[in-house]
Amino acid sequence: MASYNKGSIWSTVDWITILLYVVMVTAGWFSICGASYEVETLGWFDPSGRPGSQLIWIGLSFILIFIIMMLDADFYNVFAYLIYGLVILLLIATIFLAPDIKGSHSWLVFGPLRVQPAEFAKFATALALAKLMSSYGFKLSALKNIVLVLTIILTPLAIVLLQKETGSALVFLALFLVLYREGMTGYVLLAALCAVTFFVINMKYSDVMIGVTPLGELIVLCIIQTLIVMLTGIVRPNLLPVKILSGLSVAVFLVAYVVSFFIPVNFVWVTIGLLVASSCYLIFLMVKNWVWHYLLVVLFAVISVGFLYSVDYIFDDILEPHQQTRIKVSLGLEDDPSGAGYNVNQSKIAIGSGGLTGKGFLNGTQTKLKYVPEQDTDFIFCTVGEEEGFIGSAAVLILFTVFIVRLISLSEKQKTVFARVYGYGMASIFFFHLIINIGMVTGITPVIGIPLPFFSYGGSALWGFTILLFIFLRLDASRKER
Amino acid sequence: MANNLKYTLENRRYVLSGAVIAVAIIFIIRLFYLQVIDNEYKTRADSNALLKKTLYPSRGMIYDRNGKLLVYNQPAYDIMLIMREIQPFDTLDFCQTVGLTKAQFVKRIADIKDRRINPGYSSYVPQAFMNQVSAQDYGVLQEKLYKFPGFYIQNRTIREYEYPNAALLLGNVGEVNKQDIAKDNYYVQGDLSGRAGVERSYESVLRGEKGVEILLRDAHGRIQGKYENGVYDVDPVSGKSLTLSIDMELQALGEKLMSNKVGSIVMIEPSTGEILCMVSSPNYDPNRLVGRRRGSEHAVLEKDPLKPLYDRSIMGVYPPGSTFKPAMGLIFLQEGAITPETFYSCAHGYPVLGGKPACHGHPSPLNLVPALATSCNAYFCWGLRDMIDSRRKYASVQIGLDTWKDHLTSMGYGFRLGVDLPSEKSGYIPNSKIYDRIYKGRWSSSTIISVAIGQGEVTATPLQICNMAASVANRGYFITPHVVKKIEGSQLDSLYTERRYTTVDNSYYEFIAEGMRGAVTSGTCRRAALPNIEVCGKTGTAQNPHGKDHSVFMGFAPYHDSKIAISVLVENAGFGATYAVPIGKLMLEKYFNGEISPENKYEEEYLTNLVVLPRNGII
Repeated sequence: MASYNKGSIWSTVDWITILLYVVMVTAGWFSICGASYEVETLGWFDPSGRPGSQLIWIGLSFILIFIIMMLDADFYNVFAYLIYGLVILLLIATIFLAPDIKGSHSWLVFGPLRVQPAEFAKFATALALAKLMSSYGFKLSALKNIVLVLTIILTPLAIVLLQKETGSALVFLALFLVLYREGMTGYVLLAALCAVTFFVINMKYSDVMIGVTPLGELIVLCIIQTLIVMLTGIVRPNLLPVKILSGLSVAVFLVAYVVSFFIPVNFVWVTIGLLVASSCYLIFLMVKNWVWHYLLVVLFAVISVGFLYSVDYIFDDILEPHQQTRIKVSLGLEDDPSGAGYNVNQSKIAIGSGGLTGKGFLNGTQTKLKYVPEQDTDFIFCTVGEEEGFIGSAAVLILFTVFIVRLISLSEKQKTVFARVYGYGMASIFFFHLIINIGMVTGITPVIGIPLPFFSYGGSALWGFTILLFIFLRLDASRKER
Repeated sequence: MANNLKYTLENRRYVLSGAVIAVAIIFIIRLFYLQVIDNEYKTRADSNALLKKTLYPSRGMIYDRNGKLLVYNQPAYDIMLIMREIQPFDTLDFCQTVGLTKAQFVKRIADIKDRRINPGYSSYVPQAFMNQVSAQDYGVLQEKLYKFPGFYIQNRTIREYEYPNAALLLGNVGEVNKQDIAKDNYYVQGDLSGRAGVERSYESVLRGEKGVEILLRDAHGRIQGKYENGVYDVDPVSGKSLTLSIDMELQALGEKLMSNKVGSIVMIEPSTGEILCMVSSPNYDPNRLVGRRRGSEHAVLEKDPLKPLYDRSIMGVYPPGSTFKPAMGLIFLQEGAITPETFYSCAHGYPVLGGKPACHGHPSPLNLVPALATSCNAYFCWGLRDMIDSRRKYASVQIGLDTWKDHLTSMGYGFRLGVDLPSEKSGYIPNSKIYDRIYKGRWSSSTIISVAIGQGEVTATPLQICNMAASVANRGYFITPHVVKKIEGSQLDSLYTERRYTTVDNSYYEFIAEGMRGAVTSGTCRRAALPNIEVCGKTGTAQNPHGKDHSVFMGFAPYHDSKIAISVLVENAGFGATYAVPIGKLMLEKYFNGEISPENKYEEEYLTNLVVLPRNGII
C-alpha cells in the first residue's frame, strides 16, 4: 500500500479494452444516428433528439469512468454487499414506484429522465457473487455455499421478473458460467443445454410426422440414447458396455427399419424400448459390479425422457400466451408477420436488405422509416446490418468477440479470486447479451428484449455496462499496481 | 489433486472463449445467409418502404375533320377517406349527400378495412371511398365536407363527349379487366382504358404514359417525402390527340335520319379512304357511358333487343343484294365471260332455271350498262353461268368459282378490310370447298346462282358495300377505310395511305360507273338524283329470312372525279329504292351543299319521323 500511487492508475489500466470500449460506443452512437429521424430534422447534437441525448450520456459516462477509476480497488470489495443490498432494495421499490410502460414496471421516472435499475443490478450482483466466492474458505461444493450463490443470483432475477422484464431477468442466468469456471461441474451446463435443445427440437418438429413417427420426439430420444452411450463411456473407463450399447442401438434400429417396410412402425416406441433396455442393462451392470456411476446415467435417461414429455405441459401451462407466441415465432412454428412475428420479420428484412456492403450511413430505408420497432434500442443491430451490410455487421460481431475473449483472458490473469470471479461474471453478462440480442434480430433466438451493449440507445444501459466494465478495469489496473 | 483441479479449472477459460467464438461464427454465417445469399429480403425491403405513386396522364383529345372538339376530359372527383382521421359524424346526412343507403355505407367502410379485398389498406393512407363522383354531387358534398373529418376529395378526370352522336365510333372508357392486365403489363387494377371504338383501337396513342412518383413511406404508411429527392420520378406524358376523318355534322344528320330505324350509313372519301360518317342505328348518347353510371347504363344498353351497342356498319353482315352486281359485272368483264356488248335475255327472270330468280319489267335482251341501271337479275345469272361453267377457260367449276372469289377478295369482300376500329366483321364469300362439301362436289352455276345477285351465302358489311362504291368511284382501287385522319406527332399507318388495286382492269370500271349513273338517271335509283350533282348509285334489296327485306343503297358522286362514296342500309324496309335511296340522297346533298335544300326539307322531316322497326323490336 506504501507504493500506492494514484497517478499511476492510467499507466497500468488495460488500454486495449478501453480502446475497444471507445470504438464500440462510437460505432453505437453512429448507429443511433442512422436509426433516427431526428438527425435530419434536429441535427446531430440537439439534446432533444436521440443522437444528441445519447451523446450527453456518453459524455457523462466518461466522468463516471473517471470516478470509478479514482476510487480505491478495495472499495468495490468492501462495499460489494452494501451495493448489492441497495440495488436489491431499489429493484423492489421499482416494482411499486414504476409506472406501467409497455406492460413492464422497470423504469423509474424523474421528470424527463428515465432510469432502469435492472441495468445496475448486473454489476451489483457480479460484485456480490465475487465477494461471496472470494470469502475465506469458500468451497462451491458446500450446500450452504450453493444456497448462498443461488440466492445472490436468483434474488435479482426474481425481482426483475416481477417487474415483467423477462429479458433483463434472464441475464442473471449468465452468472452460472462463472460458477462453471469456479468448479461447478460441467454437467449442470450440459443439462441446461440439453433442456433447451430438447425443448426447441421438440417444439420445432412437434407437428412433423414421418409415417406414424412424430419427428421431434424421435430426434430428442435418439439424442438421449446417444448421450447415454457416451456418458457410459465417460463415467467409467470401460469400453465394453459402450460397445454393447452401441451394437444394441444399431441392431434395434435396423430391425425396426426392415419391419417398417411391412407394417407401420412408430420409431418413438422403438427408441423408448431401446432406452428401457439400455437402462436395464446399466442397472444390471451396477448391481453386478457394484459401480454406482451407471445409476447416474440411468437417472439422466429417466430425467431427460421425463423432461421431454413435460415440455408440452410446461409450454402450455407455465408460459404466458405472448411468450408462447414469441417462442413459436422464433422457432418458425408460427408465421404472423403483423403480430408477434412482425418485429423479427422486419428486423430480418432490414438486415437482409443491407446486402454485402450495406446501403451506406444514413441511407437505410427500413430503419429510418421505423419499420423496425425499437430500432434504436433492442433492435439497433438492424441499422448496422442495413446501412453497413454484411461487412459492417460481421465487423461488429468480431469486435464483440475480441472484446469478450479479451475480458475472459484478463479475468484469468487476476491474482485475487474476487477480481477473477467479477471478471468472469462481467464477461458472461456481455456474452449473454450478445447471444440473445444478435440471435433475436437475426431470428435465431426468441424475441427477448435486451439491449446490445454500447450500441443500444439508453443512458441506463450505457451506464450499467460502463460501470460493469470499468469496475473490472479498475480491479485489473490494481493487479499490476501492487 | 488440488493442483490438478486448479489446472483443469484454468483451462475452462478455453471452453468459455471457444463458446464465444463458436457463437460469433454461427451469427456470422447467419448474417451471410440473410445479407448475401438470400435475396428475398432485399425485394421485401423495397416494397416495404417505397410507395410508387402513379401519376395519371391526361387522355388525348379527339377532334372531327373540321377541328371540332368531340371528346375531352372533364374533372371528376373521387371521395377519399383516411380512416384514422375520422371522427364521429352525422352518417345519415353524409349518406344522403352522396346518395348511399346506410347499409351501403357500412358495407363500403367494411370493404375498405378488409385486407382481403383491399390489401394495401392502411388507416393512415387515403382510401378510395367513392370513385368518379359528378361535379353536381361534388358541389353539394364540398359545402358539407367540414362536417365529415377524414373525408377528402381527389381530382381525377373522366371523358366528356361534346355531341350526343357517334357513340359507337368514339367508343368509351372503362376500367381494365383481368385479361387486359394479363395482356399488357402497362395496366394495373383500377386503370382506365378504351373499351370500344376509337377509344379502344387508338388506346396506346390516347392513353399517354403514366408517370411515377416514388415516395418514402414509414411503417404506418405515412408519406415521409420523396425518395432521393425525386430523381427516380417519371413525369406522366399526356396522351396524343386524334383528328378523325368524321364530319360531325354529317354524322349527326345520318343519325337523325336513321332514328327509329335499324341500319347503317357509311360515307367514304374515295381519294383518301377517310370515313366521313359511320352511322349505326339505333345508337345512344356517349355521355351515358361515363363515370360511375357506366356499369348500370352499359347493362341497360346490353339488354336492349335492338342492340344499340352493336356497330352495324362494321359488325352487321347482310346479303349485299343487288349492290353486288357492279362487282359481278367487273369480274365477268375481267374474265372475258362478257363484253360490254354482250346481250342476255330476261324473261321476268333467269330463263335457264325457269324464270328464277325472278326479275321485274324492263326491255330485253340488254347489255351490261342497262342491266346495271335496271338491276336485271337474269343478266348477272347468265354472266355467272358463262364464267364459271366455261370449261374452255377453267378446268373445273371449282377453279372458276375460286377465281371469282379472288377478284371479290381484291375488292375487299370476304375479309376484314382493316378499318381502324375494333370488332370489324369479315362478311362472307364462299369458295369451292364449301360447295363441294354442301353439294358433294356436284354443282354448277345453276346450283349457286343466287350469289350472282348478292344473295345466298354471300354477305358483306355496310362498310364493305361502301368501300365497293369507293373503288368504283376511283375506277379500280381503294384505300383502306379509316376513321382517324391525323395522330398528333406521328404518321398514319401506311395501310391507310396506300392504294389497294383490285384485280380488275380500271378500264372496265368505266362501264360499271356508267351503269350506276344510268340507275340514277333512268333506272332503279332515280330518287337519288340531285340537281347539279351527277349521282351514281345502285339499289339493293337484301333478302332477310327473318322478316321484311333490308333496303340497301350504294352510290358515289359525282360521276366523274368522284368525291364521295356512300352505302345506306335500312333493315326490314323492303325495296332499296324506298328508304335507303332517299336517305342516301339527303346525305349526299348535305355533303355537297352543306345543308338540305328547302325543297328536300319535307323529305328530311318525313324520313326522320318514319319508324321502321322489326316487329320483335317493338315492345
